[in-house]
Amino acid sequence: MVLKCNIRKGDYRDSVVLMRVSTELESKAGVRKASVMMGTDNNKELLKDAGLYMEEMEKAGPNDLIIVVDAESEDAAQKAISEAEQILEAEAEAEVKEVTYKTLKAAIENIPDANLVLISTPGEFAAREAMRALRAGKHVMVFSSDVPIEEEVRLKKYAQERGLLVMGPDCGTAIIGGIGLGFSNVVRQGPVGIVGAAGTGIQEVSSILDEVGITHAIGTGSHDLSDEVGGITMLTGLRALQEDPNTKVIVLISKPPSPKVAEKVLQVAKECGKPVVVNFIGGDPKLVEQAGLVPAITLEDAARKAMAILRNEKPSETKFTLPEEKVRELVETESRRLKPEQKYIRGLFSGGTLCAEALLLLRDLIGDVYSNVALEPRLKLKSGRESRAHTCVDMGTEEFVRGVPHPMIDFRFRRERILKEARDPEVAVILLDVVLGIGANLDPAGELVGAIKEAKQIAEKEGRYLSVVASVCGTEGDPQRLSRQREKLEEAGVVVMPSNAQAVRMAALIATRGGVWDKL
Amino acid sequence: MRLPERLKIINVGLRSFYEDLKLQRAEAVHVEWRPPAGGDPELAKLLEKLERPEVDEANQKAVERILAASPKLIGIGTAKEVIPKMDEDTYLHSGPPIEWERMSGPTKGAIMGALIYEGRAKNVEEAERIAKSGEIKFAPCHDHDSVGPMAGVISPSMPVFIVENNGKRYYSNLNEGLGKVLRYGAYGDETIKRLKWMEQTLGPVLKEALKLSGPIDLKAIMAQALHMGDELHCRNVASSLLFLKQLAPFIAQTGFSEKEKAEVMRFMGENFLFFLNPAMAAAKAMMDAGHRIKHSTVVTVLARNGTDFGIKVSGLDDEWFTAPAEVPKTLFFPGFKEEDANPDIGDSAIMETAGFGGFASATAPAVVQVVGGTATAAAEYTKEMAEICLVKDKSFSIPFLNFEGTPRCIDLRKVVDTGILPFINTGVAHKKPGYGTVGFGVLRAPMLCFTKALKSFVERYGW
Repeated sequence: MVLKCNIRKGDYRDSVVLMRVSTELESKAGVRKASVMMGTDNNKELLKDAGLYMEEMEKAGPNDLIIVVDAESEDAAQKAISEAEQILEAEAEAEVKEVTYKTLKAAIENIPDANLVLISTPGEFAAREAMRALRAGKHVMVFSSDVPIEEEVRLKKYAQERGLLVMGPDCGTAIIGGIGLGFSNVVRQGPVGIVGAAGTGIQEVSSILDEVGITHAIGTGSHDLSDEVGGITMLTGLRALQEDPNTKVIVLISKPPSPKVAEKVLQVAKECGKPVVVNFIGGDPKLVEQAGLVPAITLEDAARKAMAILRNEKPSETKFTLPEEKVRELVETESRRLKPEQKYIRGLFSGGTLCAEALLLLRDLIGDVYSNVALEPRLKLKSGRESRAHTCVDMGTEEFVRGVPHPMIDFRFRRERILKEARDPEVAVILLDVVLGIGANLDPAGELVGAIKEAKQIAEKEGRYLSVVASVCGTEGDPQRLSRQREKLEEAGVVVMPSNAQAVRMAALIATRGGVWDKL
Repeated sequence: MRLPERLKIINVGLRSFYEDLKLQRAEAVHVEWRPPAGGDPELAKLLEKLERPEVDEANQKAVERILAASPKLIGIGTAKEVIPKMDEDTYLHSGPPIEWERMSGPTKGAIMGALIYEGRAKNVEEAERIAKSGEIKFAPCHDHDSVGPMAGVISPSMPVFIVENNGKRYYSNLNEGLGKVLRYGAYGDETIKRLKWMEQTLGPVLKEALKLSGPIDLKAIMAQALHMGDELHCRNVASSLLFLKQLAPFIAQTGFSEKEKAEVMRFMGENFLFFLNPAMAAAKAMMDAGHRIKHSTVVTVLARNGTDFGIKVSGLDDEWFTAPAEVPKTLFFPGFKEEDANPDIGDSAIMETAGFGGFASATAPAVVQVVGGTATAAAEYTKEMAEICLVKDKSFSIPFLNFEGTPRCIDLRKVVDTGILPFINTGVAHKKPGYGTVGFGVLRAPMLCFTKALKSFVERYGW
């Protein structure tokens, strides 16, 4: 047993700090007792009682710091004392911590000029928080899903009466004043305003519009256009874009609304005094035309028609942006090496709207496509995990994401599925969406290329060629950079198309060896 | 509707969304969201029942009265003569009511010490026999308008501070210092000798000095001390000195001997917790001003007896809501260990109840360092407590928080809703009688007290 001390002259520290250092020292190996105290008479008495007193301490005054250690060895004692000194030095350096709040109420009180509250709590609690935000006069985006529809109606009616915006529930994407909320892309500021009820739909349209830029992209949430909700947010959003002086053209995106809601929305759009391009995904374009608005068939089409209007051109439908001969050449190269039995397309999607768009386009080009989100009940897959003939799977559905991150973030399941499809001798084309942006994986292409190369090797070993077609939804401004992601995929032998719609058409052309050209 | 040109966002829920916003250099803050009432659907329903205007109005009234209170120290008296319903057989203790068998070591030690001090018992054995026999009555200080730190034992002959607010009086015993002291359960000769000196010298000297000085404004000392690094619970360095400074000239003018006067001033000067007791009586006076207001959910008492933690709520009269007291996270004096610590004890949590102590951590970062906190962390505790309080009182401002007021008036509803429990700084006693102080610690009040009170509230008012 060795008793050792060190006295630091004039190093005054608060007793509470010193008690903590003492405790820490006592936990060190080989230390029996330790104490760090100021040399007051009272403390010296305490040290005597604890059997830690040494003669040197007599000279120590109330402003002198005493470090004393009772240890098993000279070494352990010395080590403990130098550690005490290190801790005391480190004590001086304050740690900087960012301010966070425990409750929305406290945040509202402390940041009275906050103007939007983004809510992603579990669904059952989201409405309560959203109501608190609305009561405080804030706009709200509710990312959470599984909010009862009555709650959604209550929130939206409350907001409507007070001139506030409720995006969601189940709103994954919005861009307001250049700031992306939830899953969104970094899109330039410009003259097009978007209101959309579909997350990846907004992402695809806004990314293509990066050429000219957007003002805002307002998300409504997936239930907004139901009869119960009556499109309250879609209508509020439309009016907001109507009043926004920077918005010159408006794009409306949603799955086909209920007829009553569609009528109301189209009426308001017609009266807003600005050109409106409408894509009711899979809906009847005539309805839009009758209202005097511009119908779009695909997401890309909606974006390109908006750009045409800005250029004072007559909006026309885009099939491919590449020259036709270039497309024919690509189709030829890819399909030439396919075996006759390779006839099916397998689409593996992370974006729900992109999958829906693929199903609609493929129905017209190649007929029946099976899916976990099929267009008709007879085409519904028993399990999203087993493909059949032509198949497109939305891998962002509950079945896949229960307990694991979304496929835009976690690529495990998609990688496994790519390899599985590659082993199927009847598969001609694997069709992929790659979504970039804020909230997405930081290198989606990097996550995929390994599996894609391996898939191609599997096919090659079995004497086949496997075609992989993809589109990348994103912009140069995105953290992942569109061009870098495309390059990575191209290096792995992927046919990368500029949009989801073009990728789908390309896949259909390859699988049919150019047989569907006349249907385009 | 116009969309905002520049977003300022509050993110509630997923932290990654907040980080994404920061990445875009958006102005954003993050709320570390937790489900209400710890995710208990039954409690969430009860909470909704309490979201009504009459509660808000009642709380507003309670807050006004608490903030308006201005307690003054008016004198020193003898417990049995001044404390209501107190007699030769009454021994007051801290926290909610408790019988001898369930009392913790330090409370038992203090009761036995008090019996020896009063001359009713010659030794510990006799004291224990008397305490067990039913010969004497035990009662919470709080139920006698009094407060006592740690074991909080006030016996009939003890000198007590008398504090007055709005014509009503409150009492606290005199602080003995640290170490082998009665309030931490010690009862040896040293302890008894000190108590006798306090009765025969300290009390009388202060009594005469206070007669000469007239009423002392306790609120003024407390507000000033907050600017000098005291949180007024575990740290009363500045307040004790301010108190001494104010009384010293009057002590000098008393008719006592030079030796006695010097002893008193030395004792007060060396005991950096001396002001705790009058501050506690002041805090009790403030909180009592907001007590017994129909429909009010303001918490007016947080108190512990070493076995149970108890709270009182303004709109629930004098009912105690209790839960087992927990052991504080403690920093020990040399020679003591974890297993020596007694569970939480003392009426001194009246300081937190009134918005000081742990609630004023930001002004006394040194105290938070007990648990390895930094000055920033200390500020966080104060900010966190503001989330369960109804008001920030500008008359008790905190320099480090840009002179924001300390958070006061705990709302029972907010505690259950947010799951944020009152943060308490405290002394820690040895769990065995006869030992004394073992260290300082921090802890949170137990949730069970609050959920019990919430249920009772809904029943009481038939909502």
